[in-house]
Amino acid sequence: MASAAPTPQPGTAAATATANGGGGGPRTLGVLVEMRAAVLERVAGLLRRRGYPVRELVLGRTEEPHLARLFVVLEEGASGEQVAKNLNKLVDVRRVADLSAQPTVVRELALIKVDVTPGTRQEVLLAARVFRARVVDMGERTLTLEVSGRPEKVDALYRLLRRYGVRELVRSGPLALVRGPQST
Amino acid sequence: MATSAVQATPTGSGREVAVRIGAQVLVETLRRLGVTAIFGHPGGAALPIYDALYDARDIAHVLVRHEQVAAHAAVGYARATGRVGVCLATSGPGATNLVTGLTDAYMDSIPVVAITAQVPTAVIGRDAFQEADIIGLTLPITKHSYLVRDPADLPAALTEAFAVAASGRPGPVVVDVPRDVSQTPLAATRGEPAPSRRAGPRAPHAGQIAAAAALLRDARRPVIYAGGGVISAGASVELTRLVDQTGVPVTVTLMGKGAIDEHHPRCLGMLGMHGTVCANYAVDAADVVLAVGVRFDDRVTGRLRDFAPQARFIHIDIDPAEIGKNKPAHVPIVADARAALGALADALPDPLPLEAWWRQLEEWQARYPLRYRQGDDVIKPQFVCETLARLTGDRAVVVTDVGQHQMWAAQFCRPRAPRTFISSGGLGAMGFGFPAALGAQVARPDATVVALVGDGGFQMTMQDLITAVEWRLPVKVVVLNNGSLGMVRQWQEFFYRQRYSHVFLRNPDFARLAEVFGAQGRSVRRPDEVEAALAWMLAVPDGPCVLDVHVDPQENCLPMIPSGQSVKEMILG
Repeated sequence: MASAAPTPQPGTAAATATANGGGGGPRTLGVLVEMRAAVLERVAGLLRRRGYPVRELVLGRTEEPHLARLFVVLEEGASGEQVAKNLNKLVDVRRVADLSAQPTVVRELALIKVDVTPGTRQEVLLAARVFRARVVDMGERTLTLEVSGRPEKVDALYRLLRRYGVRELVRSGPLALVRGPQST
Repeated sequence: MATSAVQATPTGSGREVAVRIGAQVLVETLRRLGVTAIFGHPGGAALPIYDALYDARDIAHVLVRHEQVAAHAAVGYARATGRVGVCLATSGPGATNLVTGLTDAYMDSIPVVAITAQVPTAVIGRDAFQEADIIGLTLPITKHSYLVRDPADLPAALTEAFAVAASGRPGPVVVDVPRDVSQTPLAATRGEPAPSRRAGPRAPHAGQIAAAAALLRDARRPVIYAGGGVISAGASVELTRLVDQTGVPVTVTLMGKGAIDEHHPRCLGMLGMHGTVCANYAVDAADVVLAVGVRFDDRVTGRLRDFAPQARFIHIDIDPAEIGKNKPAHVPIVADARAALGALADALPDPLPLEAWWRQLEEWQARYPLRYRQGDDVIKPQFVCETLARLTGDRAVVVTDVGQHQMWAAQFCRPRAPRTFISSGGLGAMGFGFPAALGAQVARPDATVVALVGDGGFQMTMQDLITAVEWRLPVKVVVLNNGSLGMVRQWQEFFYRQRYSHVFLRNPDFARLAEVFGAQGRSVRRPDEVEAALAWMLAVPDGPCVLDVHVDPQENCLPMIPSGQSVKEMILG
């Protein structure tokens, strides 16, 4: 089954190359911040007032209760360097890393609610198996899948399911860690 | 409140005897941080802090009549000294009135700490009386801010606030203190704040210094473009040494005025929109530009791609985010300007072969001096600025408001020392001049402080003349009175076909107004009276005075590079 998967599996060269397409693609910045009042507002406000093209902003807890990791995904063509330099000026920001430039593990979680008919149900289930998505809800007319993986994998599954009719979709945005012993 | 117990409390002994309330701890912390002056205005939520200040005889609290003045005065104080300026306001409207002054401090990188009172924690977020989310309101215009929820955190928050405001690229910081936090008794504070993880002044990278030195050594037409960062880094000596050794010409920004003695033969004066022709031609022709403590503001560069089109840029700045923001740097040097200029001077000990370049520069200086024609009937504003500069030997602290007079002052006052020319650069906040002069005079009681203002901007904050009278602050206010919002009028003349829309002002008699406030006042209408009137003003021994100078209402500020254009489009005088 794995061999039929349309996206590379974790651990293969293609998956470890970059978080999301180094060069001209969207850039992901990993930002370690102190979990203090208004920290998300400070970051979001800075990105807004400088007019940086932000595609996604994800905040998650870490191994340290007072620290959080923030992932800023910029639209294609944006200068990650200027954004990083400005983020670094915030007192609550500990560290900014351009994750697009190093080998990382990137994962995103999505829930996809798909329309199904008796005729398409098996096809959707097959797609779910191929993508290693779990069925988390099944009704007469809909089927809800849970999928996790690199954002491109989620994209691919979504593209595939669209023809059946995606009723609702929710994505977590990416979480990432640098591979190996070095910290993110 | 147990105020008498406070005096008996041994501080710094580690053993806390008396129980103090948050406000007392706040005032003690300010004292420990060396604060001797606060500009502020009380109100409900600030009452505990004001009660604690009642006993703080060693901290001068200057009661201003509007919080905007408090913020601008704190900026003036900071800019005249380099120390952190402090303003204090109550919650809600008190705090919101600080916003213009804090934005000014942010744009011009001035260290200011604003202490704002806040409604009690229990009602925060419930639209309580005089509540405003001042942290939220000031997020885009502060380096950082603190909402203190526990009185035990007050010393750490304030200490950190002062450190953040003054370190690196300086800027404003807000400390918001809810009323209950300043009222709560506390047995002990959390002790000293942890040492800041923010690094001290950054040393320049040796390789980059070598690269910059090599670039300058090979340059045929180098120019130094010096800004406010030179002043805030205290790098004037190093800049002057570099210039003396190498002979490279210097041009300064509005914020950089005084970074080098502008009577120095290598100083070309100010560049930019209303800069000297020579300074702008020099940058236009330059093959290497050494930019230090500047941010390539559009009022300096005009159209970016036409700014110094042949030059390679060396950019020194403490703030990495400034490098490459507007113009890419060939040699970026992220460092304290003082260290970087010192290292560069060490690397370039000899004069550079710039004879041909100087011949060109001197030709431009001779051909395009700043000029105006002073006749017998109307007073030219430039004449007032030039006479003031001559009478004070350019040694007074000149604080300007915003508008035409600001640019004339920038053209004709040539400060000899840093921190003696103070002006609202980035924000261009009308109403800044007189309050900032108040702050500068509080900071430097023995200095001659002249507020050079326009009739429009002065009317935005002139109510605080009474504050100057009350404190006997000998601020000398020169109103260059042209009966209009002069710079707006100039733009309407040049770019809006003389459709003078809402730009003429009916003014009060500023001299009589000064007298009503208890200050001294005089009016001048004839050119031959100007010098004597300025001399009179400079001789007024104590208390403020206002000199209302009626100047030519038609006069325009030239040369001028229209907004968004280049040297090629410069309108000459």
